[in-house]
Amino acid sequence: MGSAGNGLAIEADNLVKTFKGGILALDGVSFRAERGSVFGLLGPNGAGKTTAVRILTTILQPDRGTAQVLGHDVARDPAGVRGLIGLAAQFAAVDENLTGRENLRMVGQLNHLPRARSTARAGELLEQFDLADAANRPVKTYSGGMRRRLDLAAALVDRPPVLFLDEPTTGLDPFSRVSLWAVIEKLVDDGTTVLLTTQYLEEADRLADRLVVVDRGRVIAEGTAAQLKSELGAGVLHLEMTSGEEAEKGVAALGERLRRPASRLGSVVELSLDEGVGDVLDALRILDAAGLAPFSLSTREPSLDDAFLALTGHSMTEEAT
Amino acid sequence: MTAGTATLSERERRAAVTPLRAVVDTLVIAERDLIALVRIPSTLFFSSVQPIMFVLLFRYVFGGAISVAIPGGYVNYLIPGIFVQAVVFGAVQTSIGLAEDLQKGLVERFRSLPMARSAVLAGRTVADLCRNVFVVLLITGVGYAVGFRVETSFGYYLGAVALLLAFAYAFSWAFAVIGLSAPNSETAQVMSFPVLFPLTFASSAFVPVQSMPGWLQGFATYQPVSQVVWAVRGLMVGGVSDVAGHTWASIAWTAGIVLVFGPLAVHRYRTRT
Ligand SMILES: Nc1ncnc2c1ncn2[C@@H]1O[C@H](COP(=O)(O)OP(=O)(O)O)[C@@H](O)[C@H]1O
Ligand SMILES: [Mg+2]
Repeated sequence: MGSAGNGLAIEADNLVKTFKGGILALDGVSFRAERGSVFGLLGPNGAGKTTAVRILTTILQPDRGTAQVLGHDVARDPAGVRGLIGLAAQFAAVDENLTGRENLRMVGQLNHLPRARSTARAGELLEQFDLADAANRPVKTYSGGMRRRLDLAAALVDRPPVLFLDEPTTGLDPFSRVSLWAVIEKLVDDGTTVLLTTQYLEEADRLADRLVVVDRGRVIAEGTAAQLKSELGAGVLHLEMTSGEEAEKGVAALGERLRRPASRLGSVVELSLDEGVGDVLDALRILDAAGLAPFSLSTREPSLDDAFLALTGHSMTEEAT
Repeated sequence: MTAGTATLSERERRAAVTPLRAVVDTLVIAERDLIALVRIPSTLFFSSVQPIMFVLLFRYVFGGAISVAIPGGYVNYLIPGIFVQAVVFGAVQTSIGLAEDLQKGLVERFRSLPMARSAVLAGRTVADLCRNVFVVLLITGVGYAVGFRVETSFGYYLGAVALLLAFAYAFSWAFAVIGLSAPNSETAQVMSFPVLFPLTFASSAFVPVQSMPGWLQGFATYQPVSQVVWAVRGLMVGGVSDVAGHTWASIAWTAGIVLVFGPLAVHRYRTRT
């Protein structure tokens, strides 16, 4: 039974996948997700998140490496894996010509639930996802947010013990995002293991118990969100200068005197802090010596964005090329 | 509660794909494809209004100029041709539908479900078969309204319909390959027509092959649509020489198309990333 007995829901070991044209989407990705937890795959566009999800959900075969879901090997026992998982893919995969209810019933039947149970479950989920009023309308008439909710409902039809959510909140308005977070938290309370991919640091931070940061097909960091942040030190210092030009000079002066690089965002100079207040005093002395005076100053906790920048040397929003 | 509602072993039982489940999955997919067929106005038009327009066009506009020696005259020549043309044109829906399922990500969902992998293609072709039964009934009705008569016997008519449906079923697999090779549904449609037009119009469906220029006659004589048209025409109204030969040729084409394009479609479906 492999990892079925050891508390692991998902185990990926050295997954490699190359697409036609020589695109190396996964370059040896490994991670483990505990049962009953939320596991995050965090990374920018093109990092390989969707490819990893497709391999774990048996849609795609890896070139190398192995993966297990609740002890079932995705390559040797794909049917077993499919019986245990639910998938809400990156783009809502619902049938436009069917109604919401018909979509959910179809998924129930394809999960081999008895007809009556598929129908009952469809009704329940439509209610739960606030789609009851639109239940008998073709999906063609649904808004983007409604489609996403229906897609997630379809993933939950068979109450899967392991749920894969590929960028579940991308494109949702802030209100829908927060309510989706609540849905996910409720599922985890009920014992579901969730693997979610996201480009939003805030989301990984809020939901994931553990996460891996993926960049260009490789895992570049692993741990809890708090651990990743703490690797960055005490926080970030913001110095608001009077102009972009002043800020530029500030960055140059700080860069010369400190070992850590400072960066500029408009007229704001940002500097990561290793040792807290002492660093702040150092920075101010350096600026003063260069004849520069910030007109405001603040510090903040480091975000995962900062962690990403520190780990990869490029920001998250920058496309991997 | 979520994870505990069905025990793991019960899940394993349900996930196992048995032959019976494969059939049920196929029917679930076929049902969904048929619902789409009825709900999308353009496909409904394609499978019902279009054959009727062809009947009216050839019966009343071109028909007067085409002379054929067949019991009952040109209308009896035409309607068997319309039968074949309509089911062959209908196969475009297979390619468009599959391309759309790929494009919209539905195939991804199906691949993650514990359903039979064969069900997506099998269900689609079964839905096509149902549509073709409807098309055959429709054209028979419209044909009778414009003067078509079965001159042989009801048994021969049924035999001809069976041959027609089998050929159309084979054609669905060929067009499934087009749908699975196209990047999107528009391209699938565009890729289908260069195949369809020569097969249906450079054939014995509407005009005698002897009336075509010499260089076209060879193609028009031996290509599958002509063979099926001659067989169906001979079985329904007579006046065709060597009906048995055309019938066997039709059966051979049908088997050949399934044997080549069936495995090819399955392979495309499996390897499409
Ligand atoms: N089916 C495919 N064919 C070719 N290249 C692909 C395919 N799917 C993904 N890729 C490439 O693989 C890389 C990783 O993609 P993906 O897994 O979708 O990343 P993410 O989900 O993190 O944005 C990208 O460079 C992408 O262009
Ligand atoms: Mg993705």
